[in-house]
Amino acid sequence: MKLREISTGSRIAAASPGAGTEAPPVKDDLASLRVVPARHYARWVAAAAVSVLVAQFAHGLITNPVWEWQVFRDYVLSETIVTAVGLTLQLTAYASVLGFLLGTVLAFMRLSRSPVLQTVAWSYIWIFRSIPMIVQLVFWFNLSALYERLGVGIPFGPVFWSIDSNSLIGTIGAALIGLSLHQAAYAAEIVRGGVLAVDHGQLEAAAALGIPRLRQIRRIVLPQAMRAILPTAGNEIIGLLKGTSVVYVMAIGELFYQVTVIYGRNGRVIPLLMVATAWYVVLTSLLSVAQYYVERRYARGANRTPPPTPLQRARRFVRTLRAAAARRNQPVVPLSLAGGRR
Amino acid sequence: MSDVTVDIEDVKADSDHVMVDVHGVHKSFGPLEVLRGVDLRVRAGEVTVILGPSGSGKSTLLRTINHLEKVNSGWISIDGELIGYRRSGGKLHELKEKDVLKQRTHIGFVFQNFNLFPHLTVLENLVEAPVSALRRPRGPSEEKARRLLDRVGLAEKTDAYPRQLSGGQQQRVAIARALALEPKVLLFDEPTSALDPELVGEVLDVIKDLAGTGTTMIVVTHEIGFAREVADTVVFMDGGVVVEQGPPAAVLDAPRHERTRAFLSKVL
Repeated sequence: MKLREISTGSRIAAASPGAGTEAPPVKDDLASLRVVPARHYARWVAAAAVSVLVAQFAHGLITNPVWEWQVFRDYVLSETIVTAVGLTLQLTAYASVLGFLLGTVLAFMRLSRSPVLQTVAWSYIWIFRSIPMIVQLVFWFNLSALYERLGVGIPFGPVFWSIDSNSLIGTIGAALIGLSLHQAAYAAEIVRGGVLAVDHGQLEAAAALGIPRLRQIRRIVLPQAMRAILPTAGNEIIGLLKGTSVVYVMAIGELFYQVTVIYGRNGRVIPLLMVATAWYVVLTSLLSVAQYYVERRYARGANRTPPPTPLQRARRFVRTLRAAAARRNQPVVPLSLAGGRR
Repeated sequence: MSDVTVDIEDVKADSDHVMVDVHGVHKSFGPLEVLRGVDLRVRAGEVTVILGPSGSGKSTLLRTINHLEKVNSGWISIDGELIGYRRSGGKLHELKEKDVLKQRTHIGFVFQNFNLFPHLTVLENLVEAPVSALRRPRGPSEEKARRLLDRVGLAEKTDAYPRQLSGGQQQRVAIARALALEPKVLLFDEPTSALDPELVGEVLDVIKDLAGTGTTMIVVTHEIGFAREVADTVVFMDGGVVVEQGPPAAVLDAPRHERTRAFLSKVL
C-alpha cells in the first residue's frame, strides 16, 4: 500500500507549476484543479475476498441445522441461565474488587522501602502466578482436609475461638478466595507498573508541598497511574469474567456449569454452548463500554482537548450529514471561486 | 552530624534574623561528592541568587534545604528549626517522614519542570496542599488560591488543566502553588531553564514582584541579568563549595576569584 501512496504523491507533483502540460504556471490556479483520489486496487480485492468468507460463515450459521437456533432461543433467557449469569457476574465483581484491593496493597508493599514487605509481596506474586488457577481452586475446595478448624488466638499459642472450616468458607467462598488470590498476584504487577509510570517529579512535588504520604498515593499517584493501569486492568477483568467458568469443577452454578448440566441432560451441546458464548460476548461488551468511559474519566488533563464520546461523535456525524444535504439543495459554487476568495 | 555546636535557638528577630542557615553540608551520591562543606546564611527578606557551572552542586544544595536530599554531614536550619532532625539529650534524632513533610510546608519549592499535577485543575493544584497538609478549610483556601492566581496574572485560568497552559503560565501557577502554603522561604531550582526564551521574562517578573514584597528567596539560575537586578547576595558555587559571595556589584562586576571570572566570561 506504501507504493500506492508514493504514486499518489507523484501525481500531485506532476500537477505542480511547470511540471504538467495542462497545469498553468500560476500558483493560485492549482486550487481549481480537480483532485483524482488514489485507487487502492489491492484493498478492493482483499475486501471482496474477506466479504465472501464472512458471507459463507453467516450463511452457515443460518442454514446449518446443527446450530439448532430454536433450542438456543428456548434457553438463552431461561430462568436457570439468567440466574447463572447473575452468579458469574457476582463472582467476577467480587473477585475483581478483592483481587485489585489486595493487588494494590501488594504493589505498594513491593514498592516500599522495607525489605521484609518487598520480599513477602514478591514471594506472594511468585507463588500465585506459579499455580494454575484450577489447581488452586481445588486446593481451597479441599481446605478442610488441610485445616479442619480455623480459629483466632495467640500465634503458636492457645486458640480462643474456632470454627469448622467448611462452614466458614463454603463452596462459593472457596471459589471467591481462589479467584481473588489468583487475581491479586496479577493485579499487583499491573498496579505497580502503573505507579512506576508516574513521573518521579510528581512525587517530589507532592513531597515538597508536604502532602501526607497516604494522600500523595490516593490523590496524586494513583489517579495518574490509572492511565497506565486501566487498559491492562480491563483485560484482566474480562479475562476473569471468562475465567470464572473454571469454577465449574467445583459444581458451582455459574453460567458454564449450568450449560454443561443442561446439555448433559438433553444432548444439545452446540446450541447450549452458543447460549454461553452469547452471554459471555454480551457481558464482555458491557465491560468494554464501561472501560471506555472509565478511561475517559481518568484522561482528564492528559490532552488539551478531550476526544468526543461516541454519542458526541454520532451527533456530529448527523450534523455533517444535514449540512451536506442542505448544501446539495443550494446552487453549486465553483471550487475555483472558493480558492480565489482566499 | 557530630559538629552541631552552634546554639540554633540564638536567633534575633530583627533585620539580621537568619532565615536559612546552612552549615558545613556535605553530600555524596555514591563515590561522587557533590557538596563538599557548604556554608550559607540567608537573612529574612533577602534574595540570594546562586550561580555556578552545571555540576557545581547548586541544585543539590537547594534540595538539601527542604530535605529532598539527606545530607551526609553538616546541618541546615530554617528560622531556627533544624531540618530533618530533632535535637534532644545531646543527640540528633532523625525525624519521621510525617514530621519532615510538616517542615516542608514552611519551605516553598519551585521546580525546573514545574511538576504541576496534570490531572488536577489549576485551582485544585493550589488548594491541595493547604487542605491536606495544613488542614485548612477548602472554601477560604480556594479564595486565597484565586487571589494568588490573580497576583501571578492567571486569574482566568483557574479551571484550566496544566497541559492547556504555556510553559511560562505553568511555572507561574507553580509559584502560586508554592505561595499557597505561606512558606517562610521560597526555593527556586532553575525556574526558567525549561522555558522558551520569550517566556522567561513573565516568570522572572513574578519572582521580582515577590522580591519586592520581602519574601525570603534562594534562586538557582543562569540569568545573570536577573541576579544583578534582584539579588541582595550573589553566591558563586563551583566543585561543591561556595567560591565567593557578596552583593551583585562585587561578585558580578569585580569577582575576586579566577573561577568566578572564568564562569562569568562564558555566560555574559
